[in-house]
Amino acid sequence: MDALVLHRIHFAFTITYHYLFPQLTMGLALLIVTFKTIAIRRKDERYNEAARFWAKIFAINFLIGVVTGIPMEFQFGTNWSQFSRTTGGVIGQPVAMEGVFSFFLESAFLGLFLFGEKRLSPWKHWAAAFLVFVGSWISGFFIIVANAWMQHPVAYRVLPNGVYEVTSFRGLLTNPWALLQYAHNMSGAVITAAFVMCSVGAFYVLENRFPDHGKIFLRIGVIAGVIACVTQIFPTGDLHGRFMARHQPAAVAAMEGLFSSQKGAPIVLIGQPNEERQSIDNPIAVNDVLSFLIYGTTKAEVKGLDQFPRDQWPAPLPLLFYSYHIMAGLGTYFALIMAIAAFLLWRGKLFQNRYVLWPLLLSFPLPYIANTAGWMTAEIGRQPWVVYGLIRTSEGYSKYVSSGNSLFTLLGFMGIYTVLSILFIVLVYRIIDTGPAISGLPPVPKSMPITVA
Amino acid sequence: MGFIWFWLVAIMLVAYVVLDGFDLGVGILHPFLARNEQERRLMLRSIGPVWDGNEVWLVAAGGTLYFAFPLLYASAFSGFYLALMIVLWLLILRGISVELRMHINAGVWKSFFDGLFVFSSILLAVFYGAALANVIRGVPLQEDGYFFLPLWTNWRAGVQPGILDWYTVMGGVIALVALAMHGALYLAVKTEADLQERSRTAARRLWALLLALTIVSLPASMIARADTLTNYRAYPIAFLVPVLVLLALLGIVQFCRKGNDRKAFGCSCVYLTVMLVGAAIGLYPRLLPSTTGSQYDITIEKALSGPHALHVGLAWWGLGMCLAFTYFVIVYRMFRGKVSLEGEGYGH
Repeated sequence: MDALVLHRIHFAFTITYHYLFPQLTMGLALLIVTFKTIAIRRKDERYNEAARFWAKIFAINFLIGVVTGIPMEFQFGTNWSQFSRTTGGVIGQPVAMEGVFSFFLESAFLGLFLFGEKRLSPWKHWAAAFLVFVGSWISGFFIIVANAWMQHPVAYRVLPNGVYEVTSFRGLLTNPWALLQYAHNMSGAVITAAFVMCSVGAFYVLENRFPDHGKIFLRIGVIAGVIACVTQIFPTGDLHGRFMARHQPAAVAAMEGLFSSQKGAPIVLIGQPNEERQSIDNPIAVNDVLSFLIYGTTKAEVKGLDQFPRDQWPAPLPLLFYSYHIMAGLGTYFALIMAIAAFLLWRGKLFQNRYVLWPLLLSFPLPYIANTAGWMTAEIGRQPWVVYGLIRTSEGYSKYVSSGNSLFTLLGFMGIYTVLSILFIVLVYRIIDTGPAISGLPPVPKSMPITVA
Repeated sequence: MGFIWFWLVAIMLVAYVVLDGFDLGVGILHPFLARNEQERRLMLRSIGPVWDGNEVWLVAAGGTLYFAFPLLYASAFSGFYLALMIVLWLLILRGISVELRMHINAGVWKSFFDGLFVFSSILLAVFYGAALANVIRGVPLQEDGYFFLPLWTNWRAGVQPGILDWYTVMGGVIALVALAMHGALYLAVKTEADLQERSRTAARRLWALLLALTIVSLPASMIARADTLTNYRAYPIAFLVPVLVLLALLGIVQFCRKGNDRKAFGCSCVYLTVMLVGAAIGLYPRLLPSTTGSQYDITIEKALSGPHALHVGLAWWGLGMCLAFTYFVIVYRMFRGKVSLEGEGYGH
């Protein structure tokens, strides 16, 4: 297989797998801080029990996020050495800052948060949880800054030896692309956590096991979920889309499957892009909507792919089209189900309504798919550039690392990550099956008496 | 600027080796020192609260290397591709073995993760030692600043070596012994009674081996790389390094005999630091020497990032290190003293 393709799949696989975990970490950290805050302010012990329960899942999720995250930082150098060599003076900056400002913070306070509850006062323990939350959200910011520079390079210059250097540190950190993407991404992370929490809550309520805690999970999950789902579409998704239309028009044309420029461009809801015939097969489309979404008027002209030379089309184009449509479709579903759930919660009817609890129980995998699809939209949309408009992806990979070596390590990662997945599912299932330990009753023994060998 | 960043990266790597070094040492010794389930748990508990933070030094050093010396980061990471990937896999296995063991109370489950812990710790120590030896020996750099090394070729440290040859394997063995001793001394500080006694005995035995290996390492380095001592001859003050190495080694065995475990462990930290500093002095101003001719050496000057990036970096790096230092003080203070199985611990 072609070395370039393998290096791309290598990065795509490891980053996709990795990001399954931080999205829950970041979202859940916020919800755990919420539990801790309510527990202290209302002096309600059930919220502390809820926080403790989710902290157990958080711990395992965080661990898998850490161990799969370290390879990411090194892969810039191992598989994308030409890219790292030229852009280290810009991208290296936020990557290093993530380690220095976020990982030290997280690693120090995670332990205190997970195991320090008895040694710390309630507010100090709250602070430990809060600092873990801050650490994880800072980490997200620096990585998005790095990615945003690849999407929309700002504040740089090219030195005589061909390498890039940052010229304005503030400019790099306040890249408009980064701010929009960060807002969109973080609300996506909250959506994942909200749906996972609702799913466990619905499970407990439907099974009538730990129903009190299930209701707390549903209440917090639905409130966080409805806010995040709306934010995800408007303003973050909307603004991001318009900004992208201005700065990456070829990507937007490919996402929407718009092969030829037109006024009153339609939005294609479902269809299959046919690159050979340059059209959409079996389209279900609504006229004028795309023009309106991007420019606010139904008559505006939207640039189609015909405006761009073929070697600047993002590839693989159908995958980009599907990723974008899966993300947008699921995003719409999320807003809908959460709005219904929030309405029922407000009317006090959510916990009896099986027709809403069942979808909430079953929907937890969907935000993972939507977040992954969103990232695939961003990253495939950037193609054929590794740094948009400046460096082509084909000029970025490590040319001395043969495709055979790349495949070897890709398969290695696949094997190890399969094992991690099994361990993760088994351990999280056990936590959910055991349920939250209820204060006042004897706690479920964590470990049996030690046997002396 | 290049001088400053060379030493800043060196400091971060030294911090990583000294801190994660004892985690790895505990892992290497785990099956040999612990005689029962309590002792196995105690050993894990001694590093449970800190291993993750210690590992962050590696990540932070990697990131700093990326932005301060992009050429070195790109060239070395892609050139040592296979070895680095194996290290990443081992780090994954080490991480899960420490943290997942306690979740299910079944003999086979625990034994499985114990085995994984030992396996990954031993190989990590060997690979780190071999990595440093690779950098000292040099690699066959091409004109464009890149290279690619297979895992092994003919085991000779020639112009076209492999990642593993007689010299780098020796480096791996030295690292294995040094980190095992470092871990044993750490355990002597953190544990009590039988386990502490066994740790001290292990440290003393490993010490004798390490002394022999350390003395052999100098002529070996001169065979593998003839110009190892150039900087030392130019700046004779650098000969303090071997003197300090020997003093630290003497300190270890003296304090260990007297039962002053903290000072013995401190001397071990000094030993590791000075060994690494010694290597760095030998390299400077090269970052990665070439076996194909010194004109291809990756030097600080060739690899250094642009001036603005480095100035900005200096500001946040200082701030970040102050914060990191504060966190470490908080965590190590919270968990100072001997470990015991009473209380929640860190769940281990």
